[in-house]
Amino acid sequence: MAWILDHLPRILELSLAHLLLAAPAIAAAFLVAVPIAWAANRVRPLREIVVSGTGLLYAVPSLPLFIVLPIILGTGVRDTLNVIVALTIFGLALMVRSAADALDSVDGGVRLASTAVGYSAALRFFTVELPLAGPALLAGLRVVSVSTISLVSVSAVLGVQSLGSLFTDGFERGIVPSIVAGIAFTAVLALLLDLLLVAAGRLTMPWVKGGRR
Amino acid sequence: MGIEFQNVNKTYPDGTVAVDQFSLHVPSHTSTVLLGSSGCGKTTLLRMVNRMVDPSSGAVLIDDEDVAGVEPVALRRRIGYVMQNSGLLPHRRVIDNIATVSRLNGVAKAAAHRRAHELMETVGLDSALAQRYPGQLSGGQQQRVGVARGLAADPNILLMDEPFGAVDPLVRLELQRELTRIQSELHKTIIFVTHDIDEALTLGDQIVVLKKGGEVAQIGTPQQIVESPADDFVAQFLGLDSARRTLSAAPRDDGGWFVSDAQGRPLGVVDSLPQHPGQNA
Ligand SMILES: Nc1ncnc2c1ncn2[C@@H]1O[C@H](COP(=O)(O)OP(=O)(O)O)[C@@H](O)[C@H]1O
Ligand SMILES: [Mg+2]
Repeated sequence: MAWILDHLPRILELSLAHLLLAAPAIAAAFLVAVPIAWAANRVRPLREIVVSGTGLLYAVPSLPLFIVLPIILGTGVRDTLNVIVALTIFGLALMVRSAADALDSVDGGVRLASTAVGYSAALRFFTVELPLAGPALLAGLRVVSVSTISLVSVSAVLGVQSLGSLFTDGFERGIVPSIVAGIAFTAVLALLLDLLLVAAGRLTMPWVKGGRR
Repeated sequence: MGIEFQNVNKTYPDGTVAVDQFSLHVPSHTSTVLLGSSGCGKTTLLRMVNRMVDPSSGAVLIDDEDVAGVEPVALRRRIGYVMQNSGLLPHRRVIDNIATVSRLNGVAKAAAHRRAHELMETVGLDSALAQRYPGQLSGGQQQRVGVARGLAADPNILLMDEPFGAVDPLVRLELQRELTRIQSELHKTIIFVTHDIDEALTLGDQIVVLKKGGEVAQIGTPQQIVESPADDFVAQFLGLDSARRTLSAAPRDDGGWFVSDAQGRPLGVVDSLPQHPGQNA
């Protein structure tokens, strides 16, 4: 505890760095996954291939990916962009299936009714299907969020600063409190982000708590 | 003028012939009921009017204009549509659900809401419900919202697909009464789909009795259908063969007549009988 208090400024700095790696990747995974999921749902024969295919990306070992990506992207190994892209790929692996299922789960009757009263396909997607898929999308996003926060730590091995650096330093120099702090603060960060997502969900989807049909 | 089905056929991609060689004239400002058992093609016919379904052959005309030439989204915005289970948007408040079509038509939010409040009154909804979500309403209230939404853009045509099919009998009767009242004020051109003969007799100026595949068994006013059913199929639908509509009257001790059907089921009491008070009234 004393160690943590002594090093608090550094820990907070690393927490921020951690968040700045994770948040863009989470957002990017979401924004890319939704259109992929939408397209996969439209072209039924391709759906399972796309959904399972992206899901398999999660099986790619993370460390090699961090090292291979810079070659493809033309960035340095320690470039944060490299890390963010890798995290986005892992996020996509989880999010495409959630998003495809979420969009699929929208009640057919509601879809039909909105067509019947004169929604165009695009308007229906953005103002009916997407909001109604919201709760399921949020559930998927929460998994991506936790997974991404935990994966960020791996990049510390490459020398990219994050809460993971507390593990790597801790192991190298045999400082147990540093390792403990790394675990604890990663968990706290994951929890905070999760709470934030839940709160955002409450705010943007007020009809859910009113009881659904 | 009105809606004209000209020899329409609908064969779905899987080969199901839902409707074949169906023709019908629906006069303006009257209500026509499509009556038939489940699967006989009622919904298919109804959806041809707003191009939710395009006929495989034949044509549907509104005021002599073939709907095939009208852009579907624009067409739907000027035709009211009410369906079973209300089809309300669960993520929109009641007031916004009713205002949906006005908003789609480009009406400003304040004006659309004002109109929606008027309509809540028209369909007998307490204005306190305006801010609720559909999931917080009873089945009957949801159907009223559905009717209000169908009327919001003041369409000439109202398509109703078993709108009262999922509510309990008492509420159903009340909704039928309200619709009759609304129609007597607004005179819309209504096509109303049901499999309930009593509902058809209550609401139809014209009733079209359908057999499987959209085949017309009989077209007529409620009175014509009851008095002279075209064939055994219609008679069966009416319950004539089970003696449901063969009535008899017996004098009561306190005056007036007690009316029952031929199976002895009590139906009601009348004060007096017409000219020839024989066995049948
Ligand atoms: N999209 C569809 N694809 C294939 N068959 C359909 C489709 N929609 C309806 N049908 C079939 O067409 C027939 C008429 O259906 P429908 O118009 O819904 O009848 P109703 O409304 O009278 O119950 C039924 O046999 C039904 O199974
Ligand atoms: Mg139907």
